[in-house]
Amino acid sequence: MLLIECPYCGKRPELEFSHAGQAHIARAQNPAEVSVQEWTDFLYMRDNTKGVHAERWRHTHGCARYFNALRDTTTDHFLATYKAGEQRPEGVGAGAGVGTGTGTGASSGASAGRGASGTTGSPLGAGAGADPGAGSNPGAPKVGL
Amino acid sequence: MKHGSSTEALGRVDRTRTIRFTFDGRELTGFAGDTLASALLRNGVHLVGRSFKYHRPRGILAAGSEEPNALVAVRRDDARYTPNLRATQVELYDGLEADSQNRWPSLSWDVGSINNVLSPFIPAGFYYKTFMWPRSAWKSLYEPRIRAAAGLGKSPTLADPDRYTNRFAHCDVLVVGAGPAGLSAALAAASSGAKVVICDEQPEFGGSLLSEPAGSHATHSHAADSHADAHATDSLGSGSHAADIDGVPASTWLARTVETLKRNPRVTVLTRTTAFGYFPHNMVGLNERLTDHLAQPHPESPRERQWQVRAKEVVLAAGAIERPLVFPGNDRPGIMLAGAARTFVNRYGAVPGSRAVVITACDEAYRAALDLHEAGVFIAIIADIRAKADGPLAEAARHAGLPVQTATTIVGTSGRLRVDTVRLARVDEHGHVTDGEQIMPCDLVLMSGGFTPTVHLFSQSRGKLVWDEKTLSFVPGQAAERVRSAGACRGVYALAAVLNDGNVAGSAAAAAARNAAAGSGPAGGPNSTPADPPIGAFAGALPQPGGATGSMAFVDWQNDVTTKDLALATREGFRSVEHIKRYTTTGMATDQGKTSNLNALGFVSRELDKTIPEVGLTTFRMPYTPVSFASFAGFARGSLFDPIRRTPTHDWAARNGAVFEDVGLWKRAHYFPRSSASGREDMHTAVARECLAVRKSVGMFDASTLGKIEVVGKDAVTFMNRMYVNGWTSLAVGRSRYGVLLRDDGFVYDDGVVARTAEDRFHVTTTTGGAAGVLRLMEDYLQTEWPNLDVWLTSISEQWSVIAVQGPNSRRVLEGLVEGVDMSAQAMPHMSVARGRIGGAPMLLFRVSFTGELGFEVNVPADFGQAVWEAIYAAGQQYDITPYGTEAMHVLRAEKGYIIVGQETDGTVTPDDAGLGWAIGKTKPDFVGKRSLQRPSMSAENRKQLVGLLTADPQVVLDEGSQIMQGPGQQAPVRPIGHVTSSYHSAVLGKSIALALVSGGRARMGETLYVPTGSGDIAVKVTSPVFYDPEGARLNG
Repeated sequence: MLLIECPYCGKRPELEFSHAGQAHIARAQNPAEVSVQEWTDFLYMRDNTKGVHAERWRHTHGCARYFNALRDTTTDHFLATYKAGEQRPEGVGAGAGVGTGTGTGASSGASAGRGASGTTGSPLGAGAGADPGAGSNPGAPKVGL
Repeated sequence: MKHGSSTEALGRVDRTRTIRFTFDGRELTGFAGDTLASALLRNGVHLVGRSFKYHRPRGILAAGSEEPNALVAVRRDDARYTPNLRATQVELYDGLEADSQNRWPSLSWDVGSINNVLSPFIPAGFYYKTFMWPRSAWKSLYEPRIRAAAGLGKSPTLADPDRYTNRFAHCDVLVVGAGPAGLSAALAAASSGAKVVICDEQPEFGGSLLSEPAGSHATHSHAADSHADAHATDSLGSGSHAADIDGVPASTWLARTVETLKRNPRVTVLTRTTAFGYFPHNMVGLNERLTDHLAQPHPESPRERQWQVRAKEVVLAAGAIERPLVFPGNDRPGIMLAGAARTFVNRYGAVPGSRAVVITACDEAYRAALDLHEAGVFIAIIADIRAKADGPLAEAARHAGLPVQTATTIVGTSGRLRVDTVRLARVDEHGHVTDGEQIMPCDLVLMSGGFTPTVHLFSQSRGKLVWDEKTLSFVPGQAAERVRSAGACRGVYALAAVLNDGNVAGSAAAAAARNAAAGSGPAGGPNSTPADPPIGAFAGALPQPGGATGSMAFVDWQNDVTTKDLALATREGFRSVEHIKRYTTTGMATDQGKTSNLNALGFVSRELDKTIPEVGLTTFRMPYTPVSFASFAGFARGSLFDPIRRTPTHDWAARNGAVFEDVGLWKRAHYFPRSSASGREDMHTAVARECLAVRKSVGMFDASTLGKIEVVGKDAVTFMNRMYVNGWTSLAVGRSRYGVLLRDDGFVYDDGVVARTAEDRFHVTTTTGGAAGVLRLMEDYLQTEWPNLDVWLTSISEQWSVIAVQGPNSRRVLEGLVEGVDMSAQAMPHMSVARGRIGGAPMLLFRVSFTGELGFEVNVPADFGQAVWEAIYAAGQQYDITPYGTEAMHVLRAEKGYIIVGQETDGTVTPDDAGLGWAIGKTKPDFVGKRSLQRPSMSAENRKQLVGLLTADPQVVLDEGSQIMQGPGQQAPVRPIGHVTSSYHSAVLGKSIALALVSGGRARMGETLYVPTGSGDIAVKVTSPVFYDPEGARLNG
């Protein structure tokens, strides 16, 4: 079950939301002036992106607001969520997140430089090897005969 | 050593506690700690089932959840009967009743075994090519027989009476698997302060450590000791030597570790808990089995508990499954995995035979041979398919005097209900089988083709798998979620390396969880695999004489798939592994190919002349092992499956005989049948009476379920003008209008009466089913297209109770009750609204009619609904007021040609199609749907338009949904020109009426069309949809 970060309420489970289609498809201010082809595209044509997709969600069982999200359709990771009316964040997916929402992780583009040390790939923090951090690691149990 | 006996000191079972159980009605005994499989083996029972298709006698192959053959049904009582359980996982309890499956009349004498004789005619996919002739035989003969023969177990016939609960948990690190890798990871994570959940499918933690010989090695003196010390590096003990961990025997380390974890308040320890599925964003589903192992489960205890765990980091330590070998006759009872035999001996003290042949491509089988030898089993030969076997375990075996023969394959076995002979042959340096067979009598065959890392959950998490040529297996590669793999599930087998692997993964996971706020990405790539000496592996079928495929060489035991079936699939042109899997059904049984996938891949890759990674793996799907439906249902069963919505008058309606219908989640009174001396009215009679009563005097109807939305603000009119087709600017305060709502594609979405209750306030009503959708549509436009409008929307559907009072006497009934409103015809014209009070409650009174009669709708706050209903009912007695239900409501409105959205419309109907073009505001520049209405196709002449239909025989009532044809008696295929949307018998008109959508309907007035039915064509005449009171005079009473 996806964990979605509502810009108003924070991270909530997918059950509370309704998916609302592709984002940034604006309805013409004056539909009467729009050609048949443009109107048909507006009604029916949608991207089928393999990769980062801008889409809308509504926090139906919560604040009931519509908001936007960038989701990688191959991994279901959310790269960003941002309010309706805001611009799609620039450069998201290359480790340079914009401050509106963080989702659960960077796309595969940020995975350089890991190797055997088991670092997490975060641009902000890099553990090295068995990072003991705040606790102590007594080390692996030793085998003898 | 006696056949099928146990050695006193062996095993972790408690021999002081004898357990009685039955298998196929036969009374047997075991010990506390036994599984059904270990107890059967100790009792010398090897025949435990008949295979799925061929009904071949089958025995126990494995010792864990990967067991494909020993599927049993366990019965507590008539309602608690569970088929298809693996005997290797069924924990013995006193009084256990277990039965084998898929055999009749008995295991040893099974009529179904005729299929084995017919096997040449029933290869893979035979059902795609048979059962076709004669066609009539399908329903009467083939299908019933196939249904009876299909499946392995029998279903229970009573509903599951047990309780199943669920729980949500959040943690820093979830560790899946509590063998040495998982325990090591949990220790490391917990010691750094992380909140840890650790689970294992088995009743006790320990994993592979549980198969170590029990007891201190100091009590054994073994000739091979000193040599074993010199040669063993960091391998898991050799011979009957248990390994030491941190200076104590492995079993001691295990007990201490479990204690340490249990005592830590930040660690949750879950046994008998299978992690069955990996879901996005690090949610893992666990199924905990609480009572199936108990002789007397507490009656209040739930039987299973399903966990949804959201973990910051996951460590997978799921182990590896030993791979069987594929050779002709490899499925006889007594032929099992080498590691399984070792587990039965060391862990359960159940020796599975007396004279064993070992066939292997992997060093670990030598360890099993040594342990069985130690337990008194005669090892007739250790046949190694490899040209050389010179690892430390093979050396130890030779040193113990066990006969080792390399470059050897198996070409056949025999034995009806138990293996009694194997036939071996030598293999030359090119891998070809040479002439000459060795025939070896035996009652036990141990096989090992290496190990297959259990990558199911990793793969479900969308991690990429990488082919490892050294171990001939797929191992975890780049992760897509925050997950790490440790130990055998990523191809690390030596104990010291496994413990280290777990430690590294556990501490890294804990550290990453601490850094989680920094928004880290998925876990890094795996630690580089340590340079273990390779222990050997095989994938595919063992070489046979002349390169032949061999007969009855099983790849998938549970679905009875042989190498011949896989070869057939490739011969018939299937190339994709997904096709081959589905055509042969390999890997599709309840074991999901745990012991078959890699061998199938190995075989197919040779047939197709591709590498295994080129052939590829099929997708891993949850659940890892079967999970009961009830566990997923949890509490959402029976009356708790869906919420029930009731109106404020529900109880009154129930007390007064209402029959209810479901409208979405609502219970609505459908009709109110009256009882008399001659019995209770049927629906037809009740509805006819209710309709006549409304038209003749007065009726009352609960309309509370309809949606209501308050639209308020400076820009309320602007918003309404943009949303609904109507013009709202001219609607005066205190007046209402029938509103039509489209989607932007121009089709009718909803309708309802809209009242203007103030300059800046509209009370919008919707259909019952459309309430949520209309509000959603409005919010969508308001929030995302027109956020600058000063207007807000409030759902008030449940705040107002609505009582419709309809009929010529409706005003008289209400006048005496209503306060503060002049209800006269002049002061309150049709389609007006006024505020007042009724029975002490605030009231919004609508003069509105869905019946075509003079009528009102009384809106009061919901808490007053029941009392006001009763007051109106009392006041109406002198007019014989009649409560009516939704059926009568439908008939009455149809008599007037009023549409119901969802009945006359289906998402493809425009306002003009439905005869509602008049509602469209002519001067509005835009509203939702207007642009689409301008498309030429939206006003084409042949569009389906709303008309009425009268049947030639007025007593014949059409079926709703009937198709309509131009002329009678046409041969199929006939092109329909329309369909019937509503159809009733009209009591007031004394005949049947129907509404329909007919192509170019309005131009067909008076035409006769035909409705085909099974018993002939019905003639109908096209008319206006308004059947009754076409001038609408009755609206004024």
